[in-house]
Amino acid sequence: METLNQILQFLINALSLGGLYALMALGLTLVYGILKLVNFAYGELVMVGGYTLLLLGAGPFPWIVVALLSVSMAVLTSLLLERVAFRPVRDADPNTMLITSFAVSTLLQNAAILFISPRHKAVPMPSFFIENIQLGELLISKSDVVSLIVSLALLGLLTLFLKRTILGSALRAASDDFVMTRLLGIRANLVIAAAFGISGGLAGVVSLFWIGRLGSVVPFIGLTPVLIAFVASVIGGLESLTGAVIGGYLLGFLNVGLQLALPQHLLDYRQAFTFAIVILVLLFRPQGLIRGIHTREQV
Amino acid sequence: MNSGGKLIASVRHHTTPILLVLPLLILTLLVDRLGGVVTQRIVIVMFVNLSLVVALQMFMGNSGVASFAHVGFMGIGAYGSAVFSMTPQAKAIALRNLYPVLREVQVPFIVALLIGAGIATLIAAVVGFPLMRLSGAASVIATFALLIIIHVVLVNWSEVTNGPRTLFGLPNYTTLWNSAVWAISFILLAYVFKETSLGLKLRASREEEQAAASIGINVVIVRWVAFFLSAFVAGVAGALWAHFITSFSPQAFYLTQTFLIITMLIVGGKNSVTGAVVGTVAVTAIFEGLRSVENAINLSATLPFTVSGLTEMFLAIALIVILIFWPAGITSGREIRWPGIKKRPRAQPIPVEHS
Repeated sequence: METLNQILQFLINALSLGGLYALMALGLTLVYGILKLVNFAYGELVMVGGYTLLLLGAGPFPWIVVALLSVSMAVLTSLLLERVAFRPVRDADPNTMLITSFAVSTLLQNAAILFISPRHKAVPMPSFFIENIQLGELLISKSDVVSLIVSLALLGLLTLFLKRTILGSALRAASDDFVMTRLLGIRANLVIAAAFGISGGLAGVVSLFWIGRLGSVVPFIGLTPVLIAFVASVIGGLESLTGAVIGGYLLGFLNVGLQLALPQHLLDYRQAFTFAIVILVLLFRPQGLIRGIHTREQV
Repeated sequence: MNSGGKLIASVRHHTTPILLVLPLLILTLLVDRLGGVVTQRIVIVMFVNLSLVVALQMFMGNSGVASFAHVGFMGIGAYGSAVFSMTPQAKAIALRNLYPVLREVQVPFIVALLIGAGIATLIAAVVGFPLMRLSGAASVIATFALLIIIHVVLVNWSEVTNGPRTLFGLPNYTTLWNSAVWAISFILLAYVFKETSLGLKLRASREEEQAAASIGINVVIVRWVAFFLSAFVAGVAGALWAHFITSFSPQAFYLTQTFLIITMLIVGGKNSVTGAVVGTVAVTAIFEGLRSVENAINLSATLPFTVSGLTEMFLAIALIVILIFWPAGITSGREIRWPGIKKRPRAQPIPVEHS
């Protein structure tokens, strides 16, 4: 009974964290697949979501409305960034695009420092983020259950969208071979904007649970999510959407597992180990665990 | 042509280093004679950043492969030199858990600097070799991962770095003149490196990787040499910075500094040494200008809150604008030359006869 409980506890923790990581990775991979852009500013969309929660949370609206608004803010910001910063450099070399995203990330962080505050700000969260459910021996936090369900539902919805709608098919096609998709008459701007929009939406949802876990928001809050998304999508396969999801869950399990298995002084180096794995994957299996259909050989 | 004539001819062909170095020497002289303490500090930091930007130019500009890891090598140079330059008394206070072997060691600054830079070079050579196969997004993520790994190690290796806390008690060795001399030497090194056959091969691989490989250039090897050479330069810059600031934490060698030197290089134009110099000077000038505005606003207390982040915000906007409109930077990747002097007589195109 004791071990069964531990296993259940482990599964719930890992699945809820993994779901969150999968959403992060998917948002990054959607854009990468089409533009070959590693979007550093992705983490700042989480930040935008967080500050919207902070600023509107004090208002009279019910929390669910505030949550929806903050997801919309992340979507809008993502679309705006695409239009203003990324579209003009779309045809430049990948390094230019990448440095642009680095600059956008710095810009948004410092805007938050300048206009809001450089310090941590506590975000009011509804009670279910702190409460636990007692099931016999088992102690489960409600937010874990909610994030587990929401991430699974969202992944399901996204799969339906990508498989059943025309825009979804266009997105998948563009992610496999963007040039060919354009030749077939799909409008590039539309597909790219859709990718950025969905990516922003995912970041928005992530921000709800991420800030729920941390309880506060700070200008640099986006760094960890973007790093996690990096790692998960590289391990899973940068060109493959399925790979991103698998990478996310894998990283979730790895993280929770290491937390239990490693002694404290090695735990501090955990991030270094994770990133060493990233480098090794890039060197020996650059296509990741799941190979995209049109993954090109790195020369 | 006699040897004197040859010398004159070669000077005529290589006016770039003279045109780059001379203004910097004049600037140093002026600041030394006329500048106050604040100006001197700004210029010293500028020379350290200049060395870093030149390091980045040597690798990134010639190979076309982006690197986020160089600020990590700067950090290694800083901590590596600090452990050897600090007095045993200072180490007893700041680094209580230092390994006994290192506790009593103290060497002259120049030796400590070379040790720090040497460690950075060694790590770059060992870790960097397998990474040199990568290009494009893969190399970006890999070098970024390397920066994070270096950062995590610096933060957690308390025995040597005092962990995430500030390491203090370093002797102040860096002066206006030695920072200037190092920066100028690195400019010359970068220029010579670019013109050597190795640099030429590297630039060929930047333009067309497969074509370069097809004419027998070992792309991995030439990139690798550039990588650890530039890591040495970054390591020296780190040691100089450390012995100027004298107390710092690992946070100094992370994303903010990375963003700053990448901005400097891109604004100036990454494909030329001139770009590195122009970018560093221009960004320093803008940065300091904005910072004094920020300080003036904060001091006069006209606004009900303290302004911070304005400078970085403006820099980020400037970088985005440059990337959109002048992706090759202010210099467009060209070197500065004395007007009217062609670098080398070029082959004339053969006129085509139309019959």
